[in-house]
Amino acid sequence: MGALKNPANLFTALVLLIFALTPVVAPLIGESFYVTVFARIMIWAIAAVSLNLIMGYGGLISFGHAVYLGIGGYTVGILAFHGVTSAWIQWPAGILLSGLIALVFGAISLRTKGVYFIMITLALAQMIFFLSISAERYGSDDGLNILTRSDFGIGFFSLNDKLTMYYTIFAILLASVFVSWRMVNSRFGAVMRAAKSNDTRVQSIGVSTYRYRLTAFVIAGMMCGVAGLLQANLERFVSPDMMNWHRSGELIFMVVLGGMSTLFGPVTGAFVFLMLSEILASWTHHWHIIFGPFLVLVVLFARGGIAGLLTRRCERD
Amino acid sequence: MDYVLLTEQFLNGFQLGIILFLMAAGLTLVFGIMDLVNLAHGSLFMIGAFVGGTLALLTGSFVIGLLLMIPAMLVIGILVEVTALRTLYPRDHLDQVLATFGLILFFNEAVRLIWGPEGLVVPLPESLDGIVSLGFGITYPVYRIFIIVIGLLVAFGLYLLVSKTRIGMLIRAGASNRTMAGALGVNIPKLFTLVFGIGAVLAGLAGLIITPITQAQIGMGEDVLILAFVVIVIGGIGSIRGAFIASIVTGVIDTLGRSFLDVVLLLFLPANAAESAGPAVSSMLIYILMAAILFFRPQGLFPPKGAG
Repeated sequence: MGALKNPANLFTALVLLIFALTPVVAPLIGESFYVTVFARIMIWAIAAVSLNLIMGYGGLISFGHAVYLGIGGYTVGILAFHGVTSAWIQWPAGILLSGLIALVFGAISLRTKGVYFIMITLALAQMIFFLSISAERYGSDDGLNILTRSDFGIGFFSLNDKLTMYYTIFAILLASVFVSWRMVNSRFGAVMRAAKSNDTRVQSIGVSTYRYRLTAFVIAGMMCGVAGLLQANLERFVSPDMMNWHRSGELIFMVVLGGMSTLFGPVTGAFVFLMLSEILASWTHHWHIIFGPFLVLVVLFARGGIAGLLTRRCERD
Repeated sequence: MDYVLLTEQFLNGFQLGIILFLMAAGLTLVFGIMDLVNLAHGSLFMIGAFVGGTLALLTGSFVIGLLLMIPAMLVIGILVEVTALRTLYPRDHLDQVLATFGLILFFNEAVRLIWGPEGLVVPLPESLDGIVSLGFGITYPVYRIFIIVIGLLVAFGLYLLVSKTRIGMLIRAGASNRTMAGALGVNIPKLFTLVFGIGAVLAGLAGLIITPITQAQIGMGEDVLILAFVVIVIGGIGSIRGAFIASIVTGVIDTLGRSFLDVVLLLFLPANAAESAGPAVSSMLIYILMAAILFFRPQGLFPPKGAG
């Protein structure tokens, strides 16, 4: 249990334990709504894990990552609208479409660097956002209700069951962390990290960093698309607001808050970010007036996020 | 195609381009000189609309409100720079994006607290309310012409300021090499504050002059901000000339696309397909333009000389 001596790891373990046990504990203390709250948080955590793949390990600050939530979500919504409810069609379609759009967006935006990259990913995401607003058939601004959840056609496995839904999300969250762990510690991940610290040097030894980055961009897009599929199924509703650029900003924040380029940082970041939002929002309707400056202070004084803060304290002791 | 409608829509696009230019000029100056990505620039647009609108309603004159808004925005801009943004200059772009994102949340909520959630209606100034004939059967609202004239005057003034005055020389020196300019005795922090103040005034001006048409709303600056990003990416970051040309092109293409694209699509699509594809494609038009330009020129159309 040596790893748990580091408070950052202890905190991660605590968050995972909360995720794992909520459906068991929450009904006992009569607060069943926490099951939905944590299901929602875990979906954001999956999206944050996917963003961390390119932002934390690849140094690619994508300011349009929430667009893939929308792509995944709208795939479920639009297919269900046309009567296609089989998960075996919806889910592969959502993942493929997210990957395809990430391929196009990545191919364009990865030609640029730095601030250009930030602005272009933002602008391209905004394009899909406006597209969803102009789609009158699918509800425009008002969004689209989903009458039936994705149907896996397996008797005992139905997303209409609250517990099945919850633990499916939990399992996918763990799987996404596992995928990013495998990626980061592979040769592929080594190239990504090397390209982040010195792009020219990696290129000069004959590696096309563009192709590696594009691949990572597509994988991250697909992973975030899965989060979108889950969100549409949980809420039974999709709307353009899923890919509002504020959502992309919040995703970046979750990653930074938890600790960029750490495996579980995005998970704890999403947890703290969304719990804090819930708590502040229950205090005052105008909670953004506290939350905004809080974000500024985190940026100014807490570099490395929660993981950084906790680890630093541990090293000082 | 009806040439009267075409001319009117062209002018509307030009007017949108002017608003975009006022935003993009500030953004590109702040980025080019201070290397700061400022998302809160959209908030300054909104604050200009609310503060200027309130001043106009209090004094009963839109023009006096506009004139009072200028020093007010200068002060607000300087306050924001000194209290929050100054510490961000040495930070990387990620920190800047996040901190200014936090500022947006704060400003949106502050405006909601002060002015309430429903926004602010500022009536058209009476002297500018009306329609004027431009000949050839074309008529156009006086107020929109007023916006175009103001924008062109500001663009010209900005050109004079940057290329003909001593302050402009210092700004250009600071932009091309901050350290060297500082070593030669230019007070760089003071210059930064001034440039940020000018950017704030330009954004506030854009927000206020569009308000009689659109009303002042919370978050009104954000869509304009993102369009202004598209503009400076197309024009080349740090280039005011590029920002001007790209603003006008973006404004005109966006507006004409929204009004005529379904007509154009009718030429080679069946009617119902053209009708449903029209709005969708036209809302994507300028982003497609941006992607195309970046594909051929990743640095934008007019990258400033000497910038790396």
